[in-house]
Amino acid sequence: MANPLHQFEIQVVAPIHFGDVNASLTNSGVFMLITVAAVTLFLMFGMRNRRLVPGRWQSMAELSYEFIAGMVRDNVGNEGRRYFPFIFSLFMFILFGNLIGLVPYSFTFTSHIIVTFAMAMFVFLGVTVIGIVRHRLKFFSYFLPKGVPLVMAPLLIPIEIMSYLSRPISLSIRLFANMMAGHTMMKVFAGFVVPLGILGGWAPLSIDVALTAFEFLVAFLQAYVFTILTCIYLHDAIHLH
Amino acid sequence: MRGFIRLLGGLTLTATAGTGAASAATLPQLDREFYASQVIWLAISFLILYVILWRFVLPRISHILEERQDRIEGNLERAETIRREAQATAEAYEKAVAESRAAAQAVIAKARDRMTAEAAAHHAKLGQRLAAEIAEAEGRIQEAKNEAMAHLRDVAVEVASSAAERLAGERVDPRAVGKVVDRVLKERS
Repeated sequence: MANPLHQFEIQVVAPIHFGDVNASLTNSGVFMLITVAAVTLFLMFGMRNRRLVPGRWQSMAELSYEFIAGMVRDNVGNEGRRYFPFIFSLFMFILFGNLIGLVPYSFTFTSHIIVTFAMAMFVFLGVTVIGIVRHRLKFFSYFLPKGVPLVMAPLLIPIEIMSYLSRPISLSIRLFANMMAGHTMMKVFAGFVVPLGILGGWAPLSIDVALTAFEFLVAFLQAYVFTILTCIYLHDAIHLH
Repeated sequence: MRGFIRLLGGLTLTATAGTGAASAATLPQLDREFYASQVIWLAISFLILYVILWRFVLPRISHILEERQDRIEGNLERAETIRREAQATAEAYEKAVAESRAAAQAVIAKARDRMTAEAAAHHAKLGQRLAAEIAEAEGRIQEAKNEAMAHLRDVAVEVASSAAERLAGERVDPRAVGKVVDRVLKERS
């Protein structure tokens, strides 16, 4: 039976080295570039005619725009407009990365913890910097919620700091674990199809069909969750609760 | 953090154990050999995507959305203006109709007044002329009557004189006869 983890292996496409740093273009990097190309094509193709009355493709492009614009407006507020391009790029990048990863024989870069952790860390650091720049020292009052008796402070402040610091971890592991678990499960069931033969093979195959549909949902949902949590963190940094 | 990931990787491994555990001794995700390259290519590709979307794609979409919004609002505004214009026109029409009706009424009333006045004037004039003619005729009748009365006295005097002459056989003083006749006429009239 094929190794279900084989799909996560990194393969070097073009070896590149800067001194000690291995910057080789791998299948992961190739699929990131494919994702960028796909997002660009999807949006550019959709908006190529710029019709006042949109067609199907243009509707989808506009729909994704309005979906994220609404999310930013509802969760961050008016100050969030500046960060809209970033949040939109983040959503489209993760969504298309997840969806392209569902194509057989492709590679899902969002199933790699280093990728999701890098994204989560960038969001975390960026949000923290925005908060400190906007509020200076007042930013640290975030760790002591208003109306809490001072006696509680020694207990509450470490908890708040811990929960704040765990944000990039939960954010990255949620996406990574969901993608990896789903893809592994699909491969495990797929591995049973041929060994169980023409009679028994239908059972794992039908489970895989259902799982594929489920994975489409997960692909969208995880992109959505990652993006909306980014919005919520941004809101906290801008408004401090 | 790292320990946590290792733990998670271990759990996943146990979950899928037996499916070639020997070759999957390490989870590919935990192989640090390609961490740097993945982060570098993530940064490159995300930066490219961000710049493309920020500079080219998003302005296009927001432009068309704004244009559509403006167009819809413009159309609604124009519809409202046209509606108001139509209402103003209808009101003007109503007013014009009412005005011309009033003017027509005035003309009719004026014409009727003039005709009534003319008729009254004609009537008065005719009445005057008739009254004059009647008065004239009455005067003539009176004259004729006076004349006839005057003649009557003479005739009466003459008849009385000749009757007295024939009865008495002598001439009667015409003056005395005149007096008697006058007295009788006075009594009779």
